[in-house]
Amino acid sequence: MKQENTKTHKFGMVIDLDKCTGCGSCMVSCMSENNVPFKDDESDKKKSITWMRVYKLTNGKSFPDTEMVYLPRPCQHCAGKGGHGHSPCVSVCPATATDYGYDTGIVSQIYTRCFGCRYCMGACPYHARYFNWWDPKWPEGMEKYLSPSVSPRMRGVVEKCSFCYHRYQAARDIAYSQGDKNEIPEENYQTACTTACPAGAIVFGDLNNPEHKVHKIVNPDPHPDTFNKHVVGKSRNPNVFRLLERLGTNPKVYYLSEREWVRKAGDNYREGEWDKIKNHYGATSTHG
Amino acid sequence: MSEIENKAENGSTESAGECTTGDTKDDKGLGLGVIFFIVAFIVCFLSGTLLFPKLLYSKKEQPFNFDHELHVGEAGDCDACHSLRDDGSFTGIPKLETCLDCHSEEPMGETDDEAIFTQEYVVKEKEVPWLVYSRQPDCVYFSHAAHLLGKDEMDCASCHGPIGESTSSRPYEENRLTGYSRDIWGKNIFGIKKNSWDSMKMDDCAECHKEKNDQKGYCFQCHK
Repeated sequence: MKQENTKTHKFGMVIDLDKCTGCGSCMVSCMSENNVPFKDDESDKKKSITWMRVYKLTNGKSFPDTEMVYLPRPCQHCAGKGGHGHSPCVSVCPATATDYGYDTGIVSQIYTRCFGCRYCMGACPYHARYFNWWDPKWPEGMEKYLSPSVSPRMRGVVEKCSFCYHRYQAARDIAYSQGDKNEIPEENYQTACTTACPAGAIVFGDLNNPEHKVHKIVNPDPHPDTFNKHVVGKSRNPNVFRLLERLGTNPKVYYLSEREWVRKAGDNYREGEWDKIKNHYGATSTHG
Repeated sequence: MSEIENKAENGSTESAGECTTGDTKDDKGLGLGVIFFIVAFIVCFLSGTLLFPKLLYSKKEQPFNFDHELHVGEAGDCDACHSLRDDGSFTGIPKLETCLDCHSEEPMGETDDEAIFTQEYVVKEKEVPWLVYSRQPDCVYFSHAAHLLGKDEMDCASCHGPIGESTSSRPYEENRLTGYSRDIWGKNIFGIKKNSWDSMKMDDCAECHKEKNDQKGYCFQCHK
């Protein structure tokens, strides 16, 4: 894929689970930013659509050792095995309704192209994709508050988090008007959840740009993992991990926690497995 | 097998038997068939090419006639009224405020259109509900900044055609099925284009992108 004059970005996110209070601001801001329709009963999580969803995890211990952590989960924007763009959802879509942007690292979803087979939903290990069983219904007058930058979805298509791609498009327009289309300052492109988080737990930016805060925290390893060649971009920060990292999906959403049990919760480890690998910066694969 | 053969043989013998009397009659039947086919083909073809577009598109007139040529002469090039904002977003069709930079409640010209404009919109402080010929479907993202200020520095006419030379507003044609403007598919019902501005479909965008960038681009480049 040759593209002239292109400095490729790799937009990613790191979420500090020790800072997250589980308030849900990210979920609310995401829904209003991206015209996500809501259902009569939003507490019915089988029906509701949540591009950003906050999960509650506990360490399973009884009082006084109980600890809780809230884990916000947007689309992980997987780069696929070896980071070549073969994300689980992209590789199964029969309609090419979702593709991997090699210039941004963002996994797209084109609603007018999707015909609703939901194969991608089955392929996604993170349950980040949602199906529209109904046409969106907005309370009267609310259509006027919808964002014109985000296309609303119709019944019968799959939708998911886009890392607020329209904000990237707006940032690029600014860059064009200022002369250099590739110069996107960190503050010009931030997702809605990042800007809404009152605790500052979400940090967003370009993982390829060493100046960006997200790169400084994550410090991604440019080489494939020594134990699993499918894993690339692994964090060299021992407190940073990714969800189900050993699958080699190579998500661009990283999580940060100083607590060991939280880092261990990022995957399903067999007995004794965790102890062997926990010291290899962040947990990685010894098998698979 | 044998039955078919028998029938075939019988058929051939029958026709051979009637040959002396029925030869000219058979030819006439065939000739009529051919004529019927040709006539039916022409009827279908013409109704498909002439009648179908009439049925497919509904016509709407603009609120009043706009003379682009006159305005280009008076105000300047396209960007005198259609410009990029500081953040790179495109202003599109100007609001009444922009018109009022030159116009006032007193008509500037003597045409009926000028009278409609001042009486209906300027005096009443109402925005003109222009119908946008080049309005793209909702799922499309188009950055004017990227095309005007990018490496190719395209001019307006490469997509919009010589609209600056028009003296009257043509009727807006809306596709009854999709609700999109006819300019998206283009005037030619077969989708044949002679000029780069004849149609504004995804394929037209992709064609140019492939030519200039070696690849059609990723979905999110033009979608939202």
